[in-house]
Order: sequence, then C-alpha cells, then structure tokens
Amino acid sequence: MISQILFYLFSAVLVAAAIGVIASRNPVYSALYLVLAFVQSAALWLMMEAEFLAVVLVLVYVGAVMVLFLFVVMMLDINVEEMRQGFTRYVWLGIAVALGVIAEIGYVLWSQAEGRQFLTVPEPYPEGLSNATEIGAALYTEHLYAFEIAGMILLLAIVAAISLTMRRREGLKVQDVSAQVAVRREDRIRIAQVEATRE
Amino acid sequence: MVTVAHYLTVAAVLFSLSVAGIFINRRNVILLLMCIELMLLAVNFNFIAFSRLWGDTVGQSFVFFILTVAASEAAIGLAILVVLFRNTRSINVDALAKLKG
Repeated sequence: MISQILFYLFSAVLVAAAIGVIASRNPVYSALYLVLAFVQSAALWLMMEAEFLAVVLVLVYVGAVMVLFLFVVMMLDINVEEMRQGFTRYVWLGIAVALGVIAEIGYVLWSQAEGRQFLTVPEPYPEGLSNATEIGAALYTEHLYAFEIAGMILLLAIVAAISLTMRRREGLKVQDVSAQVAVRREDRIRIAQVEATRE
Repeated sequence: MVTVAHYLTVAAVLFSLSVAGIFINRRNVILLLMCIELMLLAVNFNFIAFSRLWGDTVGQSFVFFILTVAASEAAIGLAILVVLFRNTRSINVDALAKLKG
C-alpha cells in the first residue's frame, strides 16, 4: 500500500517535471525541471531495488551533467523570444505525436496482457544482497571490455570538449610551455671572462 | 500492487513527452539536448524494469554504459553548442543551415 502511494507520487511529479521541461518559457527553468525529473527517477529506481544506479544518477546527472547544462544556459545570452517562435504552431503536432507514441507503446504493453509476467509483482531480493556488489562483479568480469571501452569514451569526450572550446586568440601573453621546457643551458647562461684588475 | 508494467507505462509516458518536446522546441538546441536526456532516462527505466523482472544484472550494467555515453554526449553536445554560439551569436537550429555544402 505504501509502495503504491509512493509510486504514484513519484510518477506524478516525474511526469509534471517532464511537462515542465518541454513547456517552460525559460531554458533555466527547463534545466531545473530536468533536475527534478532526475531526482524523481532516482527515487523510482530505488523502489525497483536498483540502488547503485539511483545513487549514480543523482551523483552524475544532478551533480555534474545538469550543472554543465545550467552553466552553458546561463553563460550564453539566449534570445528567448526568438526561440519561442513557432511554439504554438508545433504544439498540436507535438501533442499528436506524443499521443501516437503512447498509444503504440500502450497497445504493445497492455494488449494480450493476460498471463504476461510483467503483470506480476517481482519477488523482493533476499535480504543482505548488495546491488553494488552484484553490478561490480558483472562489470569487472563479463563486461570488462565494455567497461574499458566506456572509459575510453569518457577520455574521448574530455579531449573533444576541451579541444572544441579552446580558443586561440592573437596577442595573448601566455607562456609557451614547450619552449620553456626545451630551453638549454647555453641559451640562458653566458660565461663572462672578466680580467681581474687592480687599481 | 506496483507491477513491472506500471514502471513500463511511466517510461512510455516519459518517452512520448520527450518526443513531443523535440517537436515543440525544434528551434532551441539546448532544449533538444535536454529532451534527448529525458529519452535516455525513459529507456533506462525499461532496462531497469526488465532487469528487476528477470532478477538479472545485465540490464543494470547496460544502464551504466548508457549513463556513460549520455554524459559524454552531453559534454560534447554542449561544447559544440558553445562553439556554435560563438560563431553565430544564436543557438537557433536554423543557424546550423550554414553547414550545408
């Protein structure tokens, strides 16, 4: 009973936040609604006993990705009115497409649903089973190559993001690190032979 | 009783809302990126629900990889967005028509 109430509460707030994301006038509000949607999703994932992923969702998405989004939204000077052009023209098309998609998925889910296993309540996992341990064991054994490729993808994203946004302007007084490192002793030091004299 | 089908229905609603968002906000690149994040979230819901149904961790491992790729995609997408704004002073999707040819 309590899980039912919690499920409907979290789902309602999640759907309301998603509507807020797509219908807000200001992109900052959209980003904040997206944060709310992620938090509600994390709560729902906790109810599905996926604790590790719920924590990762809050840490990575709310903590990192959405901060990045907010930073970019606030850094760029966006003309909101120009962005809103065509909103009323496309809103009915958007609603029609959404209803179409939900009708299709709903038909697949609920038609001939009798006897399907997803209409049963899954058995709770045994007490003391650590979700993080389970996922860690799976990641480091059978998905090891995929795990390493994921690390490479993250490295690629770092390199790509930095190299895309790096700006080389003329006339900046910056250090040339490679020239500093490559300097030799002879370039800097001159041995002066000074004759010793006596007055 | 909260069955797996309930979670799948929530994921379907979330996915269709984000599809509608892509149609509605088709000029704003930032909102398009946010809608893609919402879509990936809905897909992750399905993976976790079925992983819960079968009692198998493969689905959750897959969600982990999806989160990785989505974070990379957001970082690169926002970097491209910053470069686009620097060049055209706008984030309108129509500005990307300059890329043709």
